[in-house]
Amino acid sequence: MLPRAGARSTQETDIATDPRSAAPSPDAVAVELTGVTKRFPGVVANRDVSLCVRTGTVHALVGENGAGKSTLMKILYGMQRPDEGTIRVAGREVRLSGPADAISAGIGMVHQHFMLADNLTVLENVVLGSEPRRGGLALDFAAARRKISEISTAYGLGVEPDRLVADLGVGERQRVEILKVLYRGARILILDEPTAVLVPHEVDELFDNLRELKAEGLTVLFISHKLDEVLSVADDVTVIRRGTTVATVDPRTTTARQLAELMVGSELPSPETRESTVTDEEVLRVEGLTVRDAAGRAVVDDASFVIRRGEVLGLAGVEGNGQAELVEALMGMRRADAGRTTLADEDVSDWSTRRRREGGLRYVPEDRHRHGLLLDAPLWENRILGHQTESSVSRGPWIDRASARADSTRIVEQYDVRTPGIDTLASALSGGNQQKFIVGRELSGDLSVLVASHPTRGVDVGAQAAIWDHIRAARRAGLAVLLVSADLDELIGLSDRICVVLRGRIVAEVDPSAVTPEQLGSAMTGAQDDARGGAA
Amino acid sequence: MRRWDVRDVALGLAAPLLAVAFSLVIASLVLIGAGDPVLSTYSLLLDYGQRPRSLALVLNAATTYYLSALAVAIGFRMNLFNIGVDGQYRLAAMTAAWVGGAVTLPTGLHQLVIVLVAVLVGGMWAGIAGLLKATRGVSEVISTIMLNAIATGLVAFFLRKVAVPVAGSNNIGTAPIAESGRVGGLPLVPDSALEVFGFLPVAVLAGIAYWLVLGRTRFGFELRATGRSESAAVASGVDVRRMVVTTMLLSGAVAGLVGMPQLLGASYSYSLDFPAGLGFTGIAIALLGRNSPIGIAFGALLWAYLDVSSVILDIEGISREIVTIMQGSIVLSVVIAYELVRRYRLRAEQSRVGRELAQAPRAEVAA
Repeated sequence: MLPRAGARSTQETDIATDPRSAAPSPDAVAVELTGVTKRFPGVVANRDVSLCVRTGTVHALVGENGAGKSTLMKILYGMQRPDEGTIRVAGREVRLSGPADAISAGIGMVHQHFMLADNLTVLENVVLGSEPRRGGLALDFAAARRKISEISTAYGLGVEPDRLVADLGVGERQRVEILKVLYRGARILILDEPTAVLVPHEVDELFDNLRELKAEGLTVLFISHKLDEVLSVADDVTVIRRGTTVATVDPRTTTARQLAELMVGSELPSPETRESTVTDEEVLRVEGLTVRDAAGRAVVDDASFVIRRGEVLGLAGVEGNGQAELVEALMGMRRADAGRTTLADEDVSDWSTRRRREGGLRYVPEDRHRHGLLLDAPLWENRILGHQTESSVSRGPWIDRASARADSTRIVEQYDVRTPGIDTLASALSGGNQQKFIVGRELSGDLSVLVASHPTRGVDVGAQAAIWDHIRAARRAGLAVLLVSADLDELIGLSDRICVVLRGRIVAEVDPSAVTPEQLGSAMTGAQDDARGGAA
Repeated sequence: MRRWDVRDVALGLAAPLLAVAFSLVIASLVLIGAGDPVLSTYSLLLDYGQRPRSLALVLNAATTYYLSALAVAIGFRMNLFNIGVDGQYRLAAMTAAWVGGAVTLPTGLHQLVIVLVAVLVGGMWAGIAGLLKATRGVSEVISTIMLNAIATGLVAFFLRKVAVPVAGSNNIGTAPIAESGRVGGLPLVPDSALEVFGFLPVAVLAGIAYWLVLGRTRFGFELRATGRSESAAVASGVDVRRMVVTTMLLSGAVAGLVGMPQLLGASYSYSLDFPAGLGFTGIAIALLGRNSPIGIAFGALLWAYLDVSSVILDIEGISREIVTIMQGSIVLSVVIAYELVRRYRLRAEQSRVGRELAQAPRAEVAA
């Protein structure tokens, strides 16, 4: 295992290069961001971001989930206004107050989720919203068709204007999205995780298209967390971590390992819990759990694991590899297609969410706004959520308001939730305080297993440290924890064992004391260099 | 505690008051446009509405409106739009009237049977929409609207089968309910020959039950939680499908009560001229009263007052539709006003939280 602090200083001196040194046309800068900061109530999404994208290059922006990539791209596409900092496009400072401004500045965005109308043709989809007119009223489809064919040929996109979008494959749809952006005159393309939805040969085709665009002098800003892809297609790579850009590197002289190190960082407070509290008393056993999506594909594929009293089992994986489905199946929110779940020697496979919760299973959801809180309700009502049948908040069919309120006050005090009171609406609190309240609520009462899904995502450093402390304390008290996270420091620091999940399968089990973040990162992203080096 | 903050109460009242003021402006403009006197029209409405007989009529209409709005509000609290209260109460009233007219039972039991039949039929009719939504994902808006149309057809069909001519007219209706099944009036308004529906206390009880069940029970909590965020409710262990069916059954059961004040207190039979459209009035009043049992009461009284006092306008040669315009613009503007107040409140709350926390800074947890 590399000494982490040492690793960091090496990166910054050796790898971080001046982007201009490798530039084919050194002076042309397509986009330049300086000192961009964006705050949301209680959270800083982007802090002092600086980014310089050269014209005619593919520039990759990499970072973990929640590192602030999306916010940055929304700023660049005019969907969010920065609180501080400047944006220059082709040397001119611009103020983008909406996507329309971005488009007129020549910036186009290809979203991760396609925004196409299935029942229209490619041509109709492309012109939608900027229809060419003839004589003020009539649509000039002939001109549009000509223009689409021209663009398609010029950039080798191979898009046929008259096909129905419903008949197109995923790769073709993506090319339609790219064409749509080009049709509106974009010279700078933002692609938000374009490979997430593609199969390998489609990824190759996309990369060929990107090279074509680059050759024609267009600029591509490419967001990803798949390191091997980034290294194969990008001319420059900028790493973003915890909301700020930490380095811009040259992919030709950088390895996936070094990039992973930069992504996960190591200056953070270490969440380490080395003294073991693991017992041999099994609390949760999952055998052969399989969840299929609507198309019958196994999104969770034959997952098996055991968690014991006082043990934290980490589940590492890039988002979208089945963790969310696994957690939902475990909580009874989604039907499992196969497999057996045993909670404290009882087969709970057919139990409802309510019964599982009553049986001692607790849940810190990944998306606290959708699954963890009633935003329009005061805090004390949120204390009841998920615990409706517990004696601390209800008595038979009646809600026990007094004790729910008293227990909310206890959580606010004990978990340092910064709020004026328990009558404050949940939505008025910052993300970190909402999360501390949820953690406090879920750790209340009689519990045996905590399923914590990205428990510190999008919270400030202070709240993060506090949440880690609470999970550690609960583990000492004999709690079994399933920790799903994309934050490698968190996983390595808190877990007693880590399972790596890739495409729905648990592909490796590693010992956190013998694995480095970069090895884990490689295993997660499928960049299989020496991930197994740290395997137990 | 903060729950009775003066500013909170003022803000809560601001929206409906603004809406009423705004509707007065609109109505005034219409009156001016039509060349009718503005102020004297309003004073006519005020004077006539305050006569003893009018007041009794207002209370009677409000009783019916209140039940109808409660039925709608139950659904609203769960984000279910029960547009079908109209069909539910008419079918329920017709069936109950027929059963009530066909049997003779001791007083007390007779009324109970009639009301039970109405509640069951109303609940079942709404339950169809609930089942369709829970099992097949059919939007309750569509299904309840269609069930309204079907109810109209069914009522007409059954009325032909069971109806007898109403004495002294060419109207037809179910056989009149015997004396033992009627609910006598209450002499609540002094100097009024007209008595108030004996069903009024039932409406009040229904309001209290609504408040108790929604605000104080686990079931009510889960219903409101599902309305606020279905995804959070699912994660908290609520069986949303069962909740949809239960809520529709409950909403329909209350809808079944809507026709009862009229049936048991005035007409004693379901005939062709039994009041229709009360379900839609209920939607408007539930919106106006913001699904709160007290708000709905005020809404129902205001609506009934406008309805009753509008009668005088015809006599004075002013189009009574001005009242419909007022009611419409009240609902429209109250919806907007509530949303504005809600946003204002949220922003105020957020900045208040920020301010209070800034004043009492605690040491950041060591990173």
